[in-house]
Amino acid sequence: MKGVAITGMGIISSIGNSVEENYISLIENKIGLSRIQNIPTVHADIIKVGEIKKTNEELVNELQLTADNNFSRTAMIGTFAAKKAVENAGITSINEFRTGLISATSVGGMDMTEKHYYDYFKHPELVKYITCHDGGDVADKIAEELGLKGMVTTISTACSSAANSIMLGARLIKSGKLDRVIVGGTDALAKFTINGFKTLMILSDDYNKPFDNNRKGLNLGEAAAFLVLESDEIIQKQNKKVLARVSGYGNANDAFHQTASSENGDGAYLAMKKAFEVSGLKPSQIDYINVHGTATPNNDLSEGRALFRIYEDEKVPDFSSTKPFTGHTLAAAAAIEAVYSVLAIQNSVVYPNLNFETSMEEFDLKPQTSLKNKNIEHVLSNSFGFGGNCSTLIFSKSE
Amino acid sequence: MKTYINGIGCISTQKTFDTVFLEEAVHDHNQNVFAIVPPVYKDYITPAASRRMAKGVKNGIVASTIAMKDAQIENVDAIITGTGLGCIEDSEKFLKNILDNNEEFLTPTSFIQSTHNTVGAQIALLQQCKGYNFTYVNGAVSFESALLDAKMQIEEGDVQSVLVGGVDENGDYTTALFKLSGRIKPDNQQPYNLLDSNTSGAVYGEGASFFVLENKRKDNTYGEILDVTIINTLEENEIEAEIKSFLKSNQLEISDIDALVLGFDGNVDFEIYYKNLAQNAFAEIPQLYYKHLSGEYDTASAFALWMAAKVLKTQEVPEIVKVNSVEKPNYKTILLYNQLNGKNHSFTLISK
Repeated sequence: MKGVAITGMGIISSIGNSVEENYISLIENKIGLSRIQNIPTVHADIIKVGEIKKTNEELVNELQLTADNNFSRTAMIGTFAAKKAVENAGITSINEFRTGLISATSVGGMDMTEKHYYDYFKHPELVKYITCHDGGDVADKIAEELGLKGMVTTISTACSSAANSIMLGARLIKSGKLDRVIVGGTDALAKFTINGFKTLMILSDDYNKPFDNNRKGLNLGEAAAFLVLESDEIIQKQNKKVLARVSGYGNANDAFHQTASSENGDGAYLAMKKAFEVSGLKPSQIDYINVHGTATPNNDLSEGRALFRIYEDEKVPDFSSTKPFTGHTLAAAAAIEAVYSVLAIQNSVVYPNLNFETSMEEFDLKPQTSLKNKNIEHVLSNSFGFGGNCSTLIFSKSE
Repeated sequence: MKTYINGIGCISTQKTFDTVFLEEAVHDHNQNVFAIVPPVYKDYITPAASRRMAKGVKNGIVASTIAMKDAQIENVDAIITGTGLGCIEDSEKFLKNILDNNEEFLTPTSFIQSTHNTVGAQIALLQQCKGYNFTYVNGAVSFESALLDAKMQIEEGDVQSVLVGGVDENGDYTTALFKLSGRIKPDNQQPYNLLDSNTSGAVYGEGASFFVLENKRKDNTYGEILDVTIINTLEENEIEAEIKSFLKSNQLEISDIDALVLGFDGNVDFEIYYKNLAQNAFAEIPQLYYKHLSGEYDTASAFALWMAAKVLKTQEVPEIVKVNSVEKPNYKTILLYNQLNGKNHSFTLISK
């Protein structure tokens, strides 16, 4: 199975404002976690977050938005990444082919809603932000900035959202419904999510340690990343460079609990199994797994068990979570990790799983802890979300 | 592989359960926001579970249960949901608690329910459905995105049956904000009319409509979903050509359409999109509207599909939803068109 071609990528995260910056951070162990600066919160001295160190004002200027704009931060970083992706793919006429945009977000414009919630009735100049609350507004704005008029939609399945937007995009190309599609996700940090995860008691007060026996929870982050997928007809016609291919995908539901994963990782297992079926690859052909690895006690146990079920008697390949670098960027996580997966293929590297010290007592599973150079043909990337939503993507080197 | 509607369920601002087809429907000209007519929840959900559930979750569960019963099936292979704002009441509650208590003394329940995919997830949990489960949140095309995906799932041969639905709920504070922003018509401007409105904003509502789609025609089949398309941006002078080309790609012409369902919501600023079609290209075609009954909301177009499916099955168009007086002896092919504020256009084509 050849898979769907990726021809462009754009990203902004706490470890860089471009694909190149993100890559350098990953191979030079430059982490993006720090104290929060852009949002006033009572938890500021306790939590560490993967924050993009650009203020909204700076983003407005860089995107050349007008003074009367009503962009949420989520829409701004989304637009930033999507524009870079389109540029990277060498697209100059966005509506030349049947082109779509599939975005993903969990908070949408909540950052503006929570800032102005009680002020709308007193300050008419803020009323413009009311309509930027919903998730779809983010995609509408990105489409408008790209000049894209065709199919636009948004997926919101919590922390697996962007994996699902990449999956839908690949299916739309495969089925011939679109010639070209920009897929990814965006989520800005918000008090709403910080406090939400806080009440669930899964935020670490330290740097997150995926797959470590003493892991204490996750760090939140913000990011946006988009990838351009194109049909093979366009690739041939325009003699385009293919960065890598989306060769497999699968989504399944754990159907266990609204916010917890099942002990045996049923959903994760089924998602990976499905992705292997779609790709026609065997688990042993995977060279690197970018695990979901949020570093919550529950996720890593469940994901680890699911990996053992997939690999049975075989050795689990080199794997790592990149969340110690970026934090958990929720609906954008699978999109930034898709970019990292493509970079792993292009540069023949396995990224280190930082902060790992002790194997979990439940099983013998040790992530790759230092940068490793080796040829990488296939990367598997997992993303799981609330509501039992489990997604797996497989990226492959283009021949 | 073809996609058939084999079961439907609808909880709306009208009595759309335990009825034949809108015979008890009321066009209320005095309200700018309609509330759902609640079903007897305890017939579907245990009171203990019900107490913890958001309104949208409850309505989604009831509507999907009705659709499953209607289709006479116990399990589906996939669940796909569309929602504009998710369980907005819980979002409001959690946000107010954060702001009012300076980020202290919070409990996770309302945060958990505020996640957009809660309805689809809860249905999956109840049915123990471990299959494909997506939730779309893109304003007025949230439901059509889900519908398009469901159709693709069946066409790809991955699944035989899909539960697909659209659900949204009203929240008091959000409703007040929508009145402020102009999305909802202002208070005290009765009568609220939809077809001859001269004011901005919409008459608002809430609801949950679910459908069982399968790859096989059965005795209880309502019709086939021929095509669904989503277009983000269209100018008013582009709409007719776009619809014609959509029909042409399905080997159809305007004269083949037996009914056109339009999303008139009373907003004078954007009704030109519907009026152009109604008064020109489709003038000789029976036209239906529904938002005077369901209210406008992001997934109101799921109510429209419920209505269109009913028309195919009963071969009747209730007086209360007629835009014009044109009639057809048979209702075989129905086209649905919806948009919001000139954005997020969708065309859905179904046939008997």
